[in-house]
Amino acid sequence: MSTFLLATAGLILAMVALALLRILRGPGDADRLMAAQLLGTGGIAVLLLGGIGIGFAAVIDVGLTLALLAAFAAVAFVKAADASRVGNAAVEDDR
Amino acid sequence: MSGLIDLFTIVAVSAGAFFFLAGTVGLLRFPDALTRLHALTKADNLGLGLVVLGLLPHAGGLLAALKLVAVWLLVLLSGATISQLIARVARREAPPS
Amino acid sequence: MTMASLFDLALAAAVLALAWWTISTREAFAAVIDFVAYGLLLALVWVRLGAVDVALTEAAIGGGLTGGLLIGAAARLRATEAAAAAERPGPAVRLIAAVGSALIAAGLVAAVLSLPDPAPTLAPNAAANLAATGVGNPVTAVLMAFRATDTVLEKVVLLLALIGVWSLAADRFWGGRPGPHHQADPNGALAFLARLLSPLGIVIGAYVLWVSADEPGGAFQGGTILAAMWLLVMMAGLTDAPPLRRRWLRLLLIAGPAIFLAVGAAGLWLAGAFLAYPVAWAKPLILLIEVPMMLTVAVTLGLLLAGPPRRLE
Repeated sequence: MSTFLLATAGLILAMVALALLRILRGPGDADRLMAAQLLGTGGIAVLLLGGIGIGFAAVIDVGLTLALLAAFAAVAFVKAADASRVGNAAVEDDR
Repeated sequence: MSGLIDLFTIVAVSAGAFFFLAGTVGLLRFPDALTRLHALTKADNLGLGLVVLGLLPHAGGLLAALKLVAVWLLVLLSGATISQLIARVARREAPPS
Repeated sequence: MTMASLFDLALAAAVLALAWWTISTREAFAAVIDFVAYGLLLALVWVRLGAVDVALTEAAIGGGLTGGLLIGAAARLRATEAAAAAERPGPAVRLIAAVGSALIAAGLVAAVLSLPDPAPTLAPNAAANLAATGVGNPVTAVLMAFRATDTVLEKVVLLLALIGVWSLAADRFWGGRPGPHHQADPNGALAFLARLLSPLGIVIGAYVLWVSADEPGGAFQGGTILAAMWLLVMMAGLTDAPPLRRRWLRLLLIAGPAIFLAVGAAGLWLAGAFLAYPVAWAKPLILLIEVPMMLTVAVTLGLLLAGPPRRLE
């Protein structure tokens, strides 16, 4: 079981690393934001699989922290992408 | 019984990994930003959800299992909202023709 | 080769690849995202090394807060990015940089390889004396009991860093509000996220502090989560950054180190040494110190990211 969990963790890690190519290539900021989002979710999956695979149940707390902070970082990135385009503090248009 | 639980974990985690694969392939290969976003949200919701489901029996206790589900719910909530915001950025970059 | 070693190899390769991409990317925005990903992978490395407390801190600071700080800087530098990317240093500069980096790397490798094996460690001593501190998590015991002096000084250093950031403000804005005035649709998606996520984040932050007595966690990690939630609410426009001259703000900033120092001074008289705890009171005292410390860390980190004051009240 632990072998299987670690193997799957490695697999998802490899896929997430591939997603980083989108950061390099991505023609726009939205693509980079998406890659960051996938990294966060994939990272949490790898963390949970790898951690529980080697017997550390405490990684679930790390996963909780990561989920919260990834949300915060994503919002910060979106705001930065917006502000540099609109040229001032971002104003959401909600239609 | 324990064999059945292990089988359940293997099936669920493998399915989760498959959705992550689908999400990554979509992110790399779909033609424009909004379709890529669609692929991404599949990885978020289903990929992580199935992985969490598979890990529930191995978490070690009810509290740990609840925390695992909480992680998934947090990612679901923030992922859904961030996808909305990313879609706005994408729309501003390339206004729909 | 076991699956664990294969996983470690994959992790090491990913970390190296990310480090390379971060340095070689030309665009600041992409580089920041790469750097945040690097922090995330480092958290995984810490887990593999068995240091879950450090992984928690890396995920919180390296994953989230540093990302927020760097992206703010990158956003402000966007105007000059074209000029910076167009710079082409001459071959002499490149050679000197390459040789310098190689020498430093070689020095680090030599230092690491010449370490005694097995490494000298005080871990057995710490583990042997754990019962006297009243906590079960050895990392918390080291931070709050055996090496409490270092922890106090860290908090003071954080405060000094904040004052340094404030000193970047123009004179007329001193004491004003930091950061831009974020306006967001109060019915929009971002406000929704902030309203739902921040109470959950506060509960999780308090939980991470509470659980640090016997499981991985800590006041610093909890404070970082609180800071991130506060910044999220500010970015959603649901609340404005407070003016920096407010008394409650300044009291919160010094509450942590002040109470820590007060308990330390009391230790001189109650238990014979600065920051010594009478054995029966160790755990309540540690809790008494940690709660204000978490609040101070939260406010300090939040203000560090908000930046120097840029607006009048």
